[in-house]
Amino acid sequence: MNGFVWIDIVLFTILAATAVGLARTRQLFAAAMLSGLFSLTSACIFVLQDAVDVAFTEAAVGAGMTTVLFLGTLALTRSREKVTPPRRSIPAALIAIFTGGVLIYASTDMPPFAAADTPVQQHPLTQRFLDDSMTEIGVPNVVTSVLASYRGYDTLGETVVVFTAAIAVLMLLGRGRPATSAEPKPREALPQPIQHDQRVLRVVSKLMLPFILLFALYVQFHGDYGPGGGFQAGVIFASGLILYALVFGLDAARAAVSPAALRRMVPLGVLIYAGVGFATLLLGGAFLDYNVLDAHDPAHGQHLGILLVELGVGITVTAAMLMLFYSFAARGVGR
Amino acid sequence: MIASHYNYWIAVVLLMIGLYVVMSHSNTIKKLIGLNVFQVAVFMLYISLGKIEGGTAPIVDAAFTVYSHPLPHVLILTAIVVGVATTALGLALVVRIHEAYGTTDEDEALIADRREAERT
Amino acid sequence: MIAHLPILQVALPLLAAPLCVLLRSARAAWWIYLLASVAAFGSALLLASSVATHGPLHYAVGNWAPPFGIAYVIDAANAFVLVLVSGIAVATAIYAPRSIAAEIDPQRVYLYYACLCLCLTGLLGIVATGDAFNVFVFLEISSLSSYALIALGKRRQALLAAFRYLVMGTLGGTFVLIGIGLAYAVTGTLNMADLAQRLPALYGNRTLTAAVGFVSVGLAIKAAVFPLHAWLPSAYAEAPSAAGVFLSATGTKVAIYAFLRFAFGIFGAGLVFGHLPMSALILIVGTAAMLAGAAIACYQDDLKRILAWSSVGQIGYIVVGLGLASQQGLSAAFLHISAHALIKGGLFATAGIVALRLGTTRIDALAGLARSAPAVFVALLLGGLGLIGVPLTAGFVSKWALVMALIEADQWAVIAAVLLSSLLALVYVGRIIEVAWFREPPLLADTAQPSTPAPMALAMWGLVGVSLVAGVYAAPLSRAATAAAAALLGTAP
Repeated sequence: MNGFVWIDIVLFTILAATAVGLARTRQLFAAAMLSGLFSLTSACIFVLQDAVDVAFTEAAVGAGMTTVLFLGTLALTRSREKVTPPRRSIPAALIAIFTGGVLIYASTDMPPFAAADTPVQQHPLTQRFLDDSMTEIGVPNVVTSVLASYRGYDTLGETVVVFTAAIAVLMLLGRGRPATSAEPKPREALPQPIQHDQRVLRVVSKLMLPFILLFALYVQFHGDYGPGGGFQAGVIFASGLILYALVFGLDAARAAVSPAALRRMVPLGVLIYAGVGFATLLLGGAFLDYNVLDAHDPAHGQHLGILLVELGVGITVTAAMLMLFYSFAARGVGR
Repeated sequence: MIASHYNYWIAVVLLMIGLYVVMSHSNTIKKLIGLNVFQVAVFMLYISLGKIEGGTAPIVDAAFTVYSHPLPHVLILTAIVVGVATTALGLALVVRIHEAYGTTDEDEALIADRREAERT
Repeated sequence: MIAHLPILQVALPLLAAPLCVLLRSARAAWWIYLLASVAAFGSALLLASSVATHGPLHYAVGNWAPPFGIAYVIDAANAFVLVLVSGIAVATAIYAPRSIAAEIDPQRVYLYYACLCLCLTGLLGIVATGDAFNVFVFLEISSLSSYALIALGKRRQALLAAFRYLVMGTLGGTFVLIGIGLAYAVTGTLNMADLAQRLPALYGNRTLTAAVGFVSVGLAIKAAVFPLHAWLPSAYAEAPSAAGVFLSATGTKVAIYAFLRFAFGIFGAGLVFGHLPMSALILIVGTAAMLAGAAIACYQDDLKRILAWSSVGQIGYIVVGLGLASQQGLSAAFLHISAHALIKGGLFATAGIVALRLGTTRIDALAGLARSAPAVFVALLLGGLGLIGVPLTAGFVSKWALVMALIEADQWAVIAAVLLSSLLALVYVGRIIEVAWFREPPLLADTAQPSTPAPMALAMWGLVGVSLVAGVYAAPLSRAATAAAAALLGTAP
């Protein structure tokens, strides 16, 4: 038993308590906050299990962005739920217990946790990714190599998923309705400009903003060497602007980054990513084969390809996250 | 068995709580919260597959020789992003359902539809 | 060029979606969607003919040889589904503009076409890939875009239907993810061929058994296999007509294909149908589906809802065919996948025209349709006969093949159920025809009825017509289905 086990136990206890708490509370506001806490705690577990990139993303996306969206929805709807009747809870409990039971059954034949001789560690993939990627791609962060190159096609798909969500939300919540004269004055859900006497908040957030955006850029371009990449950077960039919108009001944020610009940026990122794929095709390689980007130095081609696709990811994610926030925040109009 | 498998079991327990919340609650927002818990539990299951005793994060450096497996990390990065995309779309639907029905409760909305159908 | 076709037929619709959004014009978006689906259809046809003559095609994305990168593998089985899905996409493209103009807010139309492109991308990606995790990614692309496509239905019920589909679909997708994770835990790989090679040594492993269970349940949700069908009827009935045509013809079929690929291409028939009692389970579930779906369809009072419940039943036939796990059973399943896609797509197209002309699809409103819109009525009749399985329709060809396969497997109880559910289909189709033909129209009606727009009629007749041609001249389709089944079973020459 080393110290890590105790940290594990503490974290798992917090997780279980949070999960039970959010299942039991009927205050949806509390449940949303607990769900953010749940994500943040699970990010700590991911750090302990060496998945720093995942932890980073889970903290930014799960604890940050998702919670913002939940709160935005709660501001537009109501925050208390009904009591769950037994006719719903009993079958649900049976299904949950059965599913859990099957998984426990499955786990009895799973390889021991963290052992060195598991099929996952023994597979030739391990050696290829951990040893050969340095010569093939030359990026120290192997997660970035695998994400953007070996399995770059999955990541293209993932960027498309973000793009899909953004245009779906735009379709559902965007301002498509023709304005009528009888419409009440726009009432915005979340970000009213905070009152003038909150000067500390305004000054502090104004001071922080450049650093948040700078950090996002660092995460974007340093993803080759440390944890980070387009996804994390995109979410951080967007959250910086969301902070701005919360403190200075939605109109100020819209003046800084207009919804029309976002509507161009979301598809632009996907186009950059897919465009790299088509460029490699035209250069005579396979789809997303970055080696052909530099005829003389394949590793440099890989660097270039990864840089470009991460840029595409960063642009789409930043714009999509901000667009989601705008869509929810602006949905007071016309109600 | 316990020392080598408790990681999986905790994830399974969390997964069960999440699944229970999704299935039992009729409030649409609560369902999505449950869905999040359910998915995070699956992420934990995956990440635990990559861990190796004495390993470190898979960022190659001369100071280390043992690294955890990067592949589960890559897969879960994708899955996290898919999760937030689904949540965002689900919440947009919740907002629209609330506008159309005046409630965020699935059962109440279904009852409203049934009443409407009976009236016509 | 042919070497790059496997990726191009997915990447072109993928590229089309952001272009639709950038151009922000409904007309341009329609052209892009049309071109993308025609390109995908053309590529799929070329791929199918290449596979038929030269055998399976392999494509390593990023030039990383599998299992290190993601590979696309096209054989007779997925070429069959690729042609079907992209062909339906072309029909939808022809059908869509007038239908969408009538149902969707003009400012959102370009986004709607982008969603159609994305849905097509997702479905084609699931079918073409040779990597288990890649299936999950494209499954989510197609699912997210389907939720959005359905939610834009005219009535508020569409929102609720889309939400319920989203929750069920996400649970299904996550179950698939768990299943893939468990298989990964015991093998360390995600490439389908690599998995298939490593798994036989592990038969009996509990983790692997659970993996089969999770993948099967997850895909059964996506395919709306009874009793996990609850999301389907209202989702397809409330969706805008164009989305109804596309999704009803492709969505569940692709999920069934994915199950076939997992069962035969990854886990192996020896495990799924030999070691585990999946065959019996699937036959029971499929039989229940065809009886329950058809029976409930008889009690619906809306044309689209009848069609949607009928889909629940028709999926049962496909499931029974694949549950036999024999050459005949699988070819019958493939035949019914294509026959049902064409027939149900054609019928949803007809229902969309009815909705446009009458403003509703309630069954009582159909009264007098045979006189006010004879062409629509005839399409409805021909499609309905296909659902029942009357000779000279595609529905007959596939049902005949299914019954033959069942006879060979001595499954007499299932044959009785097939006949019973065909009788039930006669009842629900008969109700539609009875109202439309014999009942007098309300006196005030049909003065202001708009005529059928030509492109919509073209798409409707295209789908119904192809299903009839396939019914009369069945040899090419049967040959393709047989080759597809042989490819899955690994008995292809």
